Amino acid sequence: MADLKCTIAGIESINPFWLASAPPTDKYINVVRAFEAGWGGVVWKTLGEDPPVVNVSSRYGAHKTGNRDIIGINNIELISDRPLETNLAEIRQIRKEWPDRIIIGSMMAVIEEKVWKDLAVKIAASGVHGIELNLGCPHGMCERGMGSAIGQVPEMVEKVTRWVKEVVDVPVFTKLTPNITNILWSAEAAQAGGADAVSLINTVNSIVSVDLDQMAPNPVVDGKGSHGGYCGLAVKPIALNMVAEISRNDETRDLEISAIGGIETWRDAAEFIALGAEGLQVCTAAMIYGFRIVDDMIAGLSGWMDEKGYKSISESCGMAVPNTVDWNALNMNFDTKAFIDPESCIECGRCHIACEDTAHQAIEFAVAEDGSRSFTVVDEECVGCNLCFHVCPVPDCIEMRPVENDKPYVTWPEHPLNAMKAAE
Amino acid sequence: MSLKPCNAVNGVSLPKEAIDSNFSDLHDPLSALQAKGEADRCLYCYDAPCIQACPTSIDIPTFIHQIRTGNIEGSAKTILSANIMGGTCARACPTEVLCEQACVLNASEEQPVEIGALQRTAVDHLMAAHGPHPFKRAAETGKRIAVVGAGPAGLSCAHRAAMLGHNVTIYEAKAKPGGLNEYGLAAYKMVDDFAQKEVAFLLGIGGIEIKYHQRLRCAQGAPQGDAQEDTVSLDELRDTFDVVYIGVGLGSTNALQLEGEDKDGILDAVDFIEDLRQASEKSSIVVGDDVIVIGAGNTAIDAAVQAKRLGANTVTLVYRRGEENMSATDWEVNLARTNGVNIRLWSAPTAIKGNGRVEAMSFESMTVSDGKLIGSGKSFDLPADMVLKAIGQKLDASMLDGFEMSGGKITVGDNFETSIAGVFAGGDCIKSGDDLTVQAVEDGKQAAHAIDAYLAAK
Repeated sequence: MADLKCTIAGIESINPFWLASAPPTDKYINVVRAFEAGWGGVVWKTLGEDPPVVNVSSRYGAHKTGNRDIIGINNIELISDRPLETNLAEIRQIRKEWPDRIIIGSMMAVIEEKVWKDLAVKIAASGVHGIELNLGCPHGMCERGMGSAIGQVPEMVEKVTRWVKEVVDVPVFTKLTPNITNILWSAEAAQAGGADAVSLINTVNSIVSVDLDQMAPNPVVDGKGSHGGYCGLAVKPIALNMVAEISRNDETRDLEISAIGGIETWRDAAEFIALGAEGLQVCTAAMIYGFRIVDDMIAGLSGWMDEKGYKSISESCGMAVPNTVDWNALNMNFDTKAFIDPESCIECGRCHIACEDTAHQAIEFAVAEDGSRSFTVVDEECVGCNLCFHVCPVPDCIEMRPVENDKPYVTWPEHPLNAMKAAE
Repeated sequence: MSLKPCNAVNGVSLPKEAIDSNFSDLHDPLSALQAKGEADRCLYCYDAPCIQACPTSIDIPTFIHQIRTGNIEGSAKTILSANIMGGTCARACPTEVLCEQACVLNASEEQPVEIGALQRTAVDHLMAAHGPHPFKRAAETGKRIAVVGAGPAGLSCAHRAAMLGHNVTIYEAKAKPGGLNEYGLAAYKMVDDFAQKEVAFLLGIGGIEIKYHQRLRCAQGAPQGDAQEDTVSLDELRDTFDVVYIGVGLGSTNALQLEGEDKDGILDAVDFIEDLRQASEKSSIVVGDDVIVIGAGNTAIDAAVQAKRLGANTVTLVYRRGEENMSATDWEVNLARTNGVNIRLWSAPTAIKGNGRVEAMSFESMTVSDGKLIGSGKSFDLPADMVLKAIGQKLDASMLDGFEMSGGKITVGDNFETSIAGVFAGGDCIKSGDDLTVQAVEDGKQAAHAIDAYLAAK
């Protein structure tokens, strides 16, 4: 069985599955239950200066599919609303009871050096393995000059990271907000500030839905709502891209990454590792299903690694990074065509109408005398866009078959139709 | 789909509570959650096969999509715009050989979408809201249409004609509207007086009047019917109205043509079912201890299952050919089996035994030789104190002289016009599709459009 031990920022964990700083890591009982369930570590719910914040009632909105599945949650809960010492005492207790599990202390403060340093020192003294700087929370705290208000300004990211690095011995994770134009600016700032790793992504600014009776955004708090932080499966594509951007950027490729954003299954985990994540953090999936989901994350990831021959997390880490390139590096001569297997086709017509209405009119629809329907790809019209492949409800019914054309690998900058190239 | 168990106990008539339970809804309606889950299974096919399999061409993917989006009222309107009796069809259609058989999910080794159950969800939702009628009438044309028969064909024609702006008077022989929806479908498919509720809903469009106890009589014939009834002749209707639509259904049944067919205990299955449907207390209906049902169609199944659910000790459905020849759907045959009905195949009735009242029937075992059904010479008797005949219904042609007929039914052209000018017909009394409610609704709807075109051209 593959070894799921991982090392991030010098911290060794029994597996890469940590719970992200959020409601599931708010207090002793939750964290103990998580460790009992098998999680390798937790990032404690963000701590701030006393007096603690006060939270509102009605805190989560959910984005659901028609099938009742939650694909995303947005939340307007603030940081820990319990006194600092209460949290630190519980951290000390759990560090004693669970010596093989990781606890990272998450923190945030206003942009004042002394405040950051004092708080970081107090948290580090509780015995945490590392400190995570919450520079991402996009709701509530940012209105008080914290969270994403800092994370959106690279100079502040660098400064805060440096402040904390100056006073603690433990590794420092800088948690980045996705609510920016270019993740590399804040990643490079964290690196410049001395971060041992970056954690990303924090939640995405969002309104998850509108209550059409109350005419207010969800979650509704006494007739009014606010934008909140979006998380869960739906943000995974955003997170994957931002992780990949950091992994394949020359300046930041050695920066270690604790990946966060919609990790719900072992497959999601494997994808983030493939794009260069040394460690993983999960929140929404646990909030939806409970801590037990880590069982299959562990078993599935380990099974996948065995199947592919990866002996450790580090062996599979970053394997997809070399293949993640700019559009300009893609092969313009690659050609793929859809093929519909008539044996497994159930004749629903979804591929036809999708292609006919919105793509390239490349799927012919015919009705035989016996009433049976057939759907056939017209190769000359098919541009290989994959739309039919995606809308087909039958697994493996539509296959995208690469055309063997013996043409060389030609990128757009090299392409004869490129006007810029012609001008050379 | 779950079937409620039949509680019959050998030889002991069932208590009222058991009978009431046996005649409650055959299928519980879907809960809101079930409906949503089921709607989510629909693939929203393009040019969907289920639409083509529906005689009324309901846009099934759209109405299911509307359930999925929470637009249940819009879903019901989608259904009702194609089939104003979508509520009855949702309950009584043999969906297993219509829309659900065509569902593409069958091909991926899954169960088809429960289209009938979803249709019921949507239509019941709209009807229960008791809001305004969902369709508006066009401006009044001043034209008057007489419809003979307030069954599915007549009511469907009347509704669509009223919608097109015509005024309709329906002449109905019986005391209530609905035709077979009211008198002929199995009780457990039409609980809570649904047929009457649906007619009341349908009449909400306005412009339709129904006259009851009005039987059609032939032009020269003496008045027939019971004392309550008036009669009306086709000529009178043609004189009074711009157009006449005949939707009289099949008023008569086939006989066994055996000696002693008039013995006590021998009934037409349709009469047995009608009595059951009209009984406010199902437990007031007398059923035999040993019941034989002769026939192989859905009426035979309905009679057999209901006899069993009333507490008959044995119910044996006897058919002279094999199961593959039965016109009842596989689903209905299975329903009979799971309700404890014995099915004896390859057996033809040869004699009725009994002194004044039926005591037994004799059958000959049948076989096929050179493609012909022949007796094998072997015979057997089955005890019976009740025999229900379900070997087919036929058109009562006695009041239809003057019409060109073919195959025992009224001949109509593509526009549903009969051989008599200005007289149209539809439903079971013509040869269109199968003798199903849904086909009758389609006939009536199409005839209304044909009548509208006829009146416009006149």
